[in-house]
Amino acid sequence: MATDAAVLERPRAAVPSGALARGVATGYLSLIVLLPLAALVWSSRAGGLGAFWDQATRPEAVAALKLTLGVAAVCALINAVAGTAIAWTLVRDRFVGKGVVDALIDLPFALPTIVAGLTLLALYGPGGPFGVNIAFTRTALLLALLFVTLPFVVRAVQPVLLELDTEMEEAAASLGAGSFAIFRRIVFPNLLPAILSGVALAFARAVGEFGAVVLISGNIPFKSEVSSVYIFGQLQSGNESGAAAVSVLLLGISLGVLLAIGAFRRWRTRHDG
Amino acid sequence: MARYFLRFGALGYLALLLLVPVGLVFYRAFEHGFGHAWDAVSSHQAVHALELTLLIAAIAVPANTVFGIVLALALVRTRFPGRGLVNAVVDLPLALSPVVAGLALFLLYGRGGWLGGLADHGIKVLFALPGMVLATMFVSLPFVVREVVPVLREIGTDQEQAAETLGASPFQVFRRITFPAIRWAVAYGVVLTTARAIGEFGAVSVVSGRIEGKTETLPLYVQARFEAFDTPGAYAASVVLALIAIATVVGLRAFHPREETAA
Repeated sequence: MATDAAVLERPRAAVPSGALARGVATGYLSLIVLLPLAALVWSSRAGGLGAFWDQATRPEAVAALKLTLGVAAVCALINAVAGTAIAWTLVRDRFVGKGVVDALIDLPFALPTIVAGLTLLALYGPGGPFGVNIAFTRTALLLALLFVTLPFVVRAVQPVLLELDTEMEEAAASLGAGSFAIFRRIVFPNLLPAILSGVALAFARAVGEFGAVVLISGNIPFKSEVSSVYIFGQLQSGNESGAAAVSVLLLGISLGVLLAIGAFRRWRTRHDG
Repeated sequence: MARYFLRFGALGYLALLLLVPVGLVFYRAFEHGFGHAWDAVSSHQAVHALELTLLIAAIAVPANTVFGIVLALALVRTRFPGRGLVNAVVDLPLALSPVVAGLALFLLYGRGGWLGGLADHGIKVLFALPGMVLATMFVSLPFVVREVVPVLREIGTDQEQAAETLGASPFQVFRRITFPAIRWAVAYGVVLTTARAIGEFGAVSVVSGRIEGKTETLPLYVQARFEAFDTPGAYAASVVLALIAIATVVGLRAFHPREETAA
């Protein structure tokens, strides 16, 4: 981040190509991302703020949003623990097949979400080989979200752990600290920023996930229907303003998470000197 | 002791969440023999879905690669009002529900939308290829930008300025100096973009109208087969997508830019 500021402060010569790049870049971004989102916000309040509020506070919409936020929060918390443990195992432990396991972490990023849902349903759904059937429950929902959000914390923590000097830990150990004390006092404070940004991204992803949950959750209103599925259902049944109202709420959550991550990063760079 | 506890905990979690479910789908797809699986994926509908998926990726990935590089250059090398906003908007597709992205396109190009008039002029966006391409571009936009930005920051502008002083044109500077430095990051970003483009479900599902044999991509085909109680067909198509995903993971290993910059 410090290099960023240095690069920016240097004078540069090629102004015309810079202006061109800027124009093309912002034009493309506006056409692909901004214009559709502006249309979404505009149509969500086409019927006035009162209509927007009515749509956003329908009992089914509120139940879906509460469930979405709750499950996403649980998913983010589990990721914080499991993701850190996996990253630690991949960096500090040695075992046969570590390279394969490391590559496997990227699989949820690469695997289409609908396939992720189908695979979980094959194993934990009706007729699964273990005899467990959790299909159409909130547990299934959580499982699907854990699958798709697995890489976020692992990939955020891994590089930090790689660069972390083991000298401090060795010093603590030589002074008689137990392995738990070393983790809590030395490793964990160093990893915390990375864990937090990974958790925030996992939370945002979990709030918006659709493909992985659409098969396995059963989409039962008031029970296992999350907001993204609710939006899809409202659109299918012709209630565009209902779909748009909840979509604007999700858009606000996504923007909020991104802005929080950005603010946190700027705060960190300022305080690390 | 704690080490073993952690190792088996972490590996067990990965096995139950990732390895066993994906492995089971491969097993289920081939349990009635290879011939059955082959018949399922070589049906007319499945082949059409695969072709459509690849066609969409073939349009969306190059567009996002070229404009992704331009966006990264604009974000790192120039300064302009609203740069912070552009930075946040680039990340938005990563954090936003694909269904919301699809709905936004639906409202923009649908009846009564700002660009809904295009349909009257014979340009069909929704329930047709253009809408599906736009949805795919939306969700896969950040990947190339996000990979290239840190590398551009790290290499700085010394060499570019030296080349300019020696009389190189902006295009020559890019081709000879900037691009060779960022090419692995670009390759990594392209692999991620392709994987996302091929696997996209939510956004494409909303704008495609899911017309069988017309606007059905392979992920949509998986869902359609499953809902038609043709689970062998769904598993077989899933295996095709899973193989593409595994190829992606292998590709990511090959292009890993972080190891290059760390060395």
